[in-house]
Order: sequence, then C-alpha cells, then structure tokens
Amino acid sequence: MSFLLEATGITKQFLGTLALDNVRLELQAGEIHAVIGENGAGKSTLMKILAGVNTADAGEIRFEGRPIAPTSPREALMLGIDIVHQELSVVPTLTVAENIFPGRLPTNFWGMVRYGELFQNAAKVLEKLQVGVDPRGPVEMLSVANQQLVEITKALSFNCKVLILDEPTSALTDYEAQRLLEFLRRLAADGVGILYISHKLKEVFAVADRVTVLRDGKYVGTEKISDVTPEQVVRMMVGRELGTMYPPKGKVSTLPFFEVRNLRLPGSANYNSFSLYQGEVLGFAGLIGSGRSELARAIFGADPKAEGEILLNGLPINIDSPQKAIEYGIGYLPEDRKAAGLFLEMSIKLNVEAAVINQVSAGGFIVPAKERLLAQHYVQQLNISTPHIDQEVRRLSGGNQQKALVAKWLSIKPKILIVDEPTRGIDVGAKKEIHFLLRALADSGVGVIMISSELPEVLGMSDRILVMHEGEIVNEILAADATEEKIIHSASVSKSEQIHYG
Amino acid sequence: MDNTTPLRDIPVKNKATPLPSFLMSLMRAREFALVVMIVLIGLALHLITGRFFTTPNLSAISLGFATSAVMILGMTAALVSGGFDLSVGSVFAMGGVITGVALQAELPIPIAMLSGLVGGILTGFVSGLLITKVQINPFITTLGMLGIARGISLAITEGRPLANFPEEFLIYGQGKFLEIPNLILIALFIILLGDLLMRRSAWFRQIYYVGGNEEAARLSGINVDRVKIAVYTLSAMLAALAGVLSASRFTVADPGTAVGEELRIIAACIIGGCSLRGGKGTVIGGLFGLIFVGFINNGMILLRVPVYWQQLVMGVVLLLAVGFDTVSQRWQTRSRAKKTS
Repeated sequence: MSFLLEATGITKQFLGTLALDNVRLELQAGEIHAVIGENGAGKSTLMKILAGVNTADAGEIRFEGRPIAPTSPREALMLGIDIVHQELSVVPTLTVAENIFPGRLPTNFWGMVRYGELFQNAAKVLEKLQVGVDPRGPVEMLSVANQQLVEITKALSFNCKVLILDEPTSALTDYEAQRLLEFLRRLAADGVGILYISHKLKEVFAVADRVTVLRDGKYVGTEKISDVTPEQVVRMMVGRELGTMYPPKGKVSTLPFFEVRNLRLPGSANYNSFSLYQGEVLGFAGLIGSGRSELARAIFGADPKAEGEILLNGLPINIDSPQKAIEYGIGYLPEDRKAAGLFLEMSIKLNVEAAVINQVSAGGFIVPAKERLLAQHYVQQLNISTPHIDQEVRRLSGGNQQKALVAKWLSIKPKILIVDEPTRGIDVGAKKEIHFLLRALADSGVGVIMISSELPEVLGMSDRILVMHEGEIVNEILAADATEEKIIHSASVSKSEQIHYG
Repeated sequence: MDNTTPLRDIPVKNKATPLPSFLMSLMRAREFALVVMIVLIGLALHLITGRFFTTPNLSAISLGFATSAVMILGMTAALVSGGFDLSVGSVFAMGGVITGVALQAELPIPIAMLSGLVGGILTGFVSGLLITKVQINPFITTLGMLGIARGISLAITEGRPLANFPEEFLIYGQGKFLEIPNLILIALFIILLGDLLMRRSAWFRQIYYVGGNEEAARLSGINVDRVKIAVYTLSAMLAALAGVLSASRFTVADPGTAVGEELRIIAACIIGGCSLRGGKGTVIGGLFGLIFVGFINNGMILLRVPVYWQQLVMGVVLLLAVGFDTVSQRWQTRSRAKKTS
C-alpha cells in the first residue's frame, strides 16, 4: 500500500536530549490522522520536521513515493505540505485576500497589485471551501476561528496535499471547533491528508480516522479509531502505572494559614476566595485561559488586584509587588519558564541566587564562597545534572532547567509556593522528581498551590482541587472524591450549573 | 520510592572544581583578547614610528581618554540593563556649562561642581522615569534627552564657550599627584570602583538580572523600575562629571563639545564585551575597549592618516571587532552542541 506521506526512523536531538527516537508515521490521502501524546512526547517536533521547520538527524520521509528532505517551510510548502501553528501567522491589518496569496499577488506591468483579480481569486477559493468571509475585509476584523480558516485557505490555495494542524481548537469555542471539524472532514473528502495534533481525546475520536501515539519521543503505535477506546489510547499515551509518578498524599493540617478573600482582578466581575492549609497541595484545575495563572499572579503581586484581602496566619498582608510576596515567604514558579522564570544566558549559580542576593552577600557585597555553597547545595539536593554550577542554564535539558527554577524558590525558604504548570515540557523522570519534591515540601509544612492542565497530575498530586471556569473558582473537590470526569465537567460549566461532590 | 525523595543528600555529582563564575570567565576571555590586541597594536606602532611607548605620547593618550573613561561605568550599566544612553555626549557638555556658569557667578568651587553634577542627575532621573513609568524605549528617550541637554547648554551660553575659571578649579583637570595627572587618577578610581561594584556589589548584580530577563527579574523580587532609573541617573551623573572635569582640564566649558561621544563610548563598551541584548559586560572590558579604540586613533595620528579617513577606520574596527566576536561565539555554541549530541 502506498501512502501520501510516510516517515520512518525519524530521530532528532536537541542539545543532548532525544526529542524523537526512531519515530514513524504514515498518512493516506483523504485521511484525518490524529497524532497524540503527552507534553514533550515529540508531536510538535515531528510535525516541524515534516513541515521543514526543523530537519531530522536521521530517518526518511517519502511524499507520494519519492524521498523528500525539506529544509525550510517554503520548500515543504512547494511540495504541498503546510502547517498551521497554534499561533496564527496571518497579518491582521491586511485583507483576507492578501493573506491568502502572500508573495503571489497578481500584478500589472508596473508591479502594482491588480486588486480586482486578487479579490476574485480569493472569492473563488473561499467559495470552493465554503468559508463565509469577505475577501476584501481586513483579517483583524474576523474572529479567531475565521482567521484560522483564512490561514487554512491560504495553505490550500498552494495546492496543499498534506495539512498539518497543531492544536487547532485550543482558542475556539465549542461551536467554532465543531465547525472547524466539519470543515476538515470536507477537506479530507476532497483527498487532502490531514495530520491533526490535539490534546483533546474527544475531538480525536470525533474527527480522526486513525491515531498515532507518541510517548517520550518514541513511537508507541497506530490504531484505527474504530478499533480502540479512549481508555486504551490513554494507556498508550501514558504507558505506565500512574501510581509510580506520584508520591503518597500527606497529612494536611486543619489550620488554614493562608487565606484569599474576595479577590477581584481589574476588569473582572468575579470574586474569588479560598484557603490553603499547612502541608497541603492545593490543585487548581481548569481549561487553558480559565484565569488560574492570572489569579496566581495577582496573589503574588506580579499583577495588580482590584480588591480583596489576603491573610497569612490570620493577619491581613498587603502584597503589591513580587518583592513583598517574597518577603512574606511566597514563591511563584511561572508557567513559562523561559520567558518569565529563568535567566537563560546566566549560570545555574546566578539563577539559583536571583531571589536571595542578600543571602549570599555580606555588607552589600557578594561573597563568592556563599554563592557556590548555595548553588551546590541545591544542585545536589535536586539532583540537577550539570557539569558544574557555572553552566549556562540554557544548555540544560528542560527538566534540569525546571529544577534550577525550583531551586531559586526553595532558596527563599518559602512558606507558600505557587507552581504554575510545574512539569510542562519536561521528561518523565524529572517530572516524577518534581512531584516528589513538591510533596516533600508540603510534608515539611509548606503550603503548595499547584496549577496544572494535566488532569492526571492534578489528581495524583492534590489533596484538594479547586476548579476554575472563566475567571471564577466554581467548585471544590476533595482528592478522595475527584475523578477526571468530575473535573472536566466542573471546568466546562459556570458556577450555577455545578454539581457538588462530597 | 525513597531514592527519589529529593530532600535527601545525594552524593556530589559535580566535580568540586570551583571554576570562576560564568560571567567572569567569559568576560576574562574577552578582556584577555583585548589586552593582547592592545599590546600588539602598541608594539606595532612603536616599531613603525619609534615613539609610541614614550612617556609624552602615552601620557597624552591617557589624558585623551580619561574623561571618556569616567563615563564607561554608566554606559556599561545601561547596556547591561538592556538599554543604552545616547545622551552622554550632550550631558557632558551640559555638566561643564552649568559648572562654568556657576563659577562665573562666583559660587564656591565645590558648589559649582556639584551643580553640574545635579544637572546630570536630574536629566538621568527624568530619562529613567520616562523609560520605566511612561515606557518610552531607551533609544527614543535618550535621543530626546540628547537634544534637550545639548539645547540647554546652548541656550544658557547662547552658543559661546565659557572660560576664565578660578585657578583652584583647574587642579582637577590639570594638577598632578606624584607626577601622575589628577584626571587620570580620578578616572582610574571610578573605573576600578565601578568594576568592583558591577562584579561584586549585591545591588549592582540586580542590573545583570534585569538585563538577563526583565520579567524573571521582576518575579524574583527585583524592583526593575528602580534599578533602571538608578542606572540612567548614574550614567548621566558620570557624564556630567566628565564634562566638569573636561572644563577643568581645558579651562573652557564649550556647549558644542563631545558631539558623538555617546557612540564612541557605546562602541568601546561593545568591543569590551557588552551586549546590546543586555545581561553581560564589565567595566574593565569597556576600559580596554576604549584603550583599544584610543590606540588605533593615536596610531592613525602618528602614521599621519588623513583626518578624513579616521572615522571610516573606526567604523570598520567596530564592525570587525564585534563581527569577529559574534562569529566566534556561534562557533563555540555549535561545537559544544555537537559534543553533547
């Protein structure tokens, strides 16, 4: 059987970590093929290789039977392979038509654009694909969903045969997502091969013909959707007993030592209140964009609050800057470790001491011996694998980077540690270590607030789970009663529609 | 599962060779290369002209860039913080002019000098406020300040240089201590103190964090705005001080002096290891950059290169120095990436 696109033995290394290890993928014409796996499984890397963004270290890609090795997105595009990223690449101020035909605008003798012809061409393509937008309107006036359709239209106007979609529904409402899936089915019926990356199993089962599962950069298997159940697919994705990833739960004190009362963010109508107990891991679940990070950042003083009260040990405290929060013993590990957490070009040592420069100095001057002691202490305690403490952080693997970031917050000796997606994009081993570390911290009396979009992690780690929906804490579920279904349901409906569990 | 419990001592994994910190080792490499270049240029010039390593020539060169050297600390701090200061040349002129006016009004010398510095501090403080609170980028802010400070100097003097300063004012720029010009001693003191502060002071370390990753610095409890305001204030204060010293040296405060000085200082700092992206650079490196540029300049004078060609040569030198460094760093990164894979 010949495939439209066939990749075998794809291997790719990034600075010492094996992102893809001998992975294969087969796509037929007219097929919607889902590619799934946990964060860091290698889905995106594989797609980038197919689309010419990255090149593989080893392996072969055959397209319509011929071997290809695209070295740039443009080359892949010319072959007929296009990728639509999560972040759209439309030019908002230009018209729909100009966005569909960039670099291929019809021009007259003087090099001027023939708009009439351009709009006609665009209208033709849009009509054929049944995309109901005006080719003359600027893209910025369209909804995100329609912008996405414009981008897909652009891809198809290149006579694209393989369309790669990376998490296409993450920014769409349910209705828009539904429309997109129908659109994709029509495309497939026309013979386009679609690679569909998603986290959402429901969508995958709704739209895909086959599914390929990756785990930790390795190929796990390809199955016909009709032959498998969601549970089987999850098992393929996870591939291990969940229990071993998570430490046993701890003993939570009955003392609510940290309370947030009626906290409202600027521009929001929601008042949020919750308490945190000593020794507790409090999980925050919710969809992406449900306001968990915003709430955390406001508590930490990184963003302003409109009103509300924060109490530590029963006394109101005023946190108007991260500096204040740190003085009160509150740490915040941001969700994007590269943009907001690490000093990538600086050493592990400088990263670890960033929040406690005074601890490693005397009389206003830094004492190198103290610096080294502090960094070495945490490198050993967290088992950070590095040749020496002067290694630039950007040269470390994701897991070790995350550990260096955790070390920064441990060094402030936190009473409360807020961690935002603490294991995103890191390997399984480091993930497990961070889980055990967070639990050990809680056991030592620290209150841990953990925001996570990975349900198994929320379930495996939390003593109690708060679910947020559109900026509001809508439900509280005790660990003993929690299941993925309950959390998913809570996360997708407003407060008045909640079912209260236990 | 207790082998994964992290709060447990794990045998030392990193070999306990306490290498100098990354910052220092990297800067040292750059500084070392610069020193080698400086010595080579000096030797070459000496061999060709036979009068490079002579006390009068070296003394003239050193005096020539002593006032520039005073400004290196401020510019290094601005570059490390991720910005730069285009206003130093104008503030230099303004500092001299304000002090000159005060001296002509027969104010006491310390007060007159102080008023020049206060003028600098004010402009730097305003630049800092605009950059942090209004969030105008450093380029535009300090470009605007460049015009304002120059305009103030010209307006006060109506374009005429001020002269006739009291004798006691001139000791800073013209006096000597143990046969060494005071001006050089002052510049050296500021350079060495500045280098110490940038390397070791807990407060100045914050500048590196701000330049390394502003958001991460903020979330690490660093008051980013305060750090930046202080940096621009320091830079302008030192520029004004340099202007005052220059007035003392030449017995004249010229509102039209030091045009383009900012670019010379920035070039010196960049050659000395600062990055326009922020987060790295040392004061000593900047001084070496300045000496390097100064030697080449002096060499051209000694070799009687027509003055019209000198700017062109300086431009080429800057591009060569930074280009070479960029390429060699990319090579290092590549070879390291290969080793790890």
